[in-house]
Amino acid sequence: MKKLINNPDTVVTDALAGLAAAHPSLAVDAENKVILRAGGPRPGKVGLVSGGGSGHEPLHGGFVGYGMLDAACPGEVFTSPVPDQMLLATKAVNGGAGVLHIVKNYTGDVLNFQMAAELAEDEGIDVVPVVINDDVAVEDSLYTAGRRGTGATVFAEKIAGALAEEGADLAAVAAVAREVNERSRSFGVALSPCTIPAAGKPTFELADTEVELGIGIHGEPGRTRAPMAPASELAAVALDAIGADLPVDGDLLVMVNGMGGTPLIELYALFSEVSQYVRARGGRITRSLVGNYITSLEMQGFSVTVCRLSGALARLWDAPVETPALRWGR
Amino acid sequence: MDAEVFRAWIVSSARTIEASRDHLTQLDAAIGDADHGINLARGFAAVLGAQEFGKASSPGAVLTVTGSTLISKVGGASGPLYGVAFRRAGKALGDDADPGLHALSAALDAALAGVQQLGAAREGDKTMVDALAPATRAFSKAVAEGASRDGALAALAEAAEAGAAATISMQALKGRASYLGPRSVGHEDPGAASTALILAALRDAARAAS
Repeated sequence: MKKLINNPDTVVTDALAGLAAAHPSLAVDAENKVILRAGGPRPGKVGLVSGGGSGHEPLHGGFVGYGMLDAACPGEVFTSPVPDQMLLATKAVNGGAGVLHIVKNYTGDVLNFQMAAELAEDEGIDVVPVVINDDVAVEDSLYTAGRRGTGATVFAEKIAGALAEEGADLAAVAAVAREVNERSRSFGVALSPCTIPAAGKPTFELADTEVELGIGIHGEPGRTRAPMAPASELAAVALDAIGADLPVDGDLLVMVNGMGGTPLIELYALFSEVSQYVRARGGRITRSLVGNYITSLEMQGFSVTVCRLSGALARLWDAPVETPALRWGR
Repeated sequence: MDAEVFRAWIVSSARTIEASRDHLTQLDAAIGDADHGINLARGFAAVLGAQEFGKASSPGAVLTVTGSTLISKVGGASGPLYGVAFRRAGKALGDDADPGLHALSAALDAALAGVQQLGAAREGDKTMVDALAPATRAFSKAVAEGASRDGALAALAEAAEAGAAATISMQALKGRASYLGPRSVGHEDPGAASTALILAALRDAARAAS
């Protein structure tokens, strides 16, 4: 294993120190692992807190700032954060209008955020959790932990963050986050596994001639394995899976996301395939994002996330944002 | 069994989890996200380092501080689930300085109830419940039949180990392994495996004290 780290045990805090050094707009508490906007909560604004395992950067810390999150709680690599962090963040961002928890649907994240919400309510803070579950690779049934939260998390954080910035109340901010989740679907494909620093070994084995279809974002294997194929075919596999659950027509926000080890040249080649596929089915990609936004360490691969836009959602997507990883309009 | 025996149990659990760190992580790599051994080892190390752990004066307090520390330090699903298990067991024991077998049986039942309430897993879902549930049943049966302390704890540990082994043939219905569907069959559940290790550590700690 070759990694640009000092020590597997300190990689998360070392990265937080770097985030703090690079972005004076953030207030980073490296000891308690909480990333906040510098300047504290704005009175009357709904606070947005998200969190999850580390290794998905820029998610979530890179999305803390004007028009998006108020706080992020990074856990250990691929491990959900603990309730203490979430409670600290929730108290720190509460401007009196309550706090939205944006939670990706993984058992650990859901359990820890649930405990944190109870603790925050004991302290008199209104908390509403919204669980993101957009990954169509997992059947949403009694027989699984439910669909995973992946790319739609980025959309929900951006759009709910914009509405909160406009002064909407907690119920409205939560409702728009839920709407984004309901209108979004994702599918991921891995060309290689990744290596958790503390484990030192790849999370699964994949031959040079194979791809893993329907992966999540934690280096976990997917549902099936298939022979390696051209970008056009892999894009179609992802969009067929998405389209089986959500029509890909009308105005769309589409993200082609790299898993951490895929060059932009390949992501743009994929985006071209995605846009041709969508156009052939009556869809119009009116907003897009191409790059590494929700990653899985150094994994090679991509995910596609499609969100069916309304006029209101498009306006909130376009609203100004100023975070380390997304910034426009300001 | 006094506070020292319970403390010895947790110390011995920490040791066995650390020794099995890589094994548990490998089990998790097969069907989860390859961090179970790493996280639990980190959590138990934090328990041993907690000031309140050394000071806890009753068995109930030892288990409650163990649970609270695991919730604070582990993260993932195993932090809250093991944390709740130890806290519920600790609360069930209350201030009793030397709980007997019936009190311990009630504490184990409370731990199981807490895990099932939080995680919503049933037996057969391929989770830690598949080790914990048969173990608590075997323990209360042995106690009801008048078994000795060592005998009842041996039954507890054996049932947990058998329960963990039985998860190999199960398809996961809860937790991250459920994403794999039928591909989760053929692998031991890491949470069931760590539960079996922790309950074996209880048997050994009691035996060493007698």
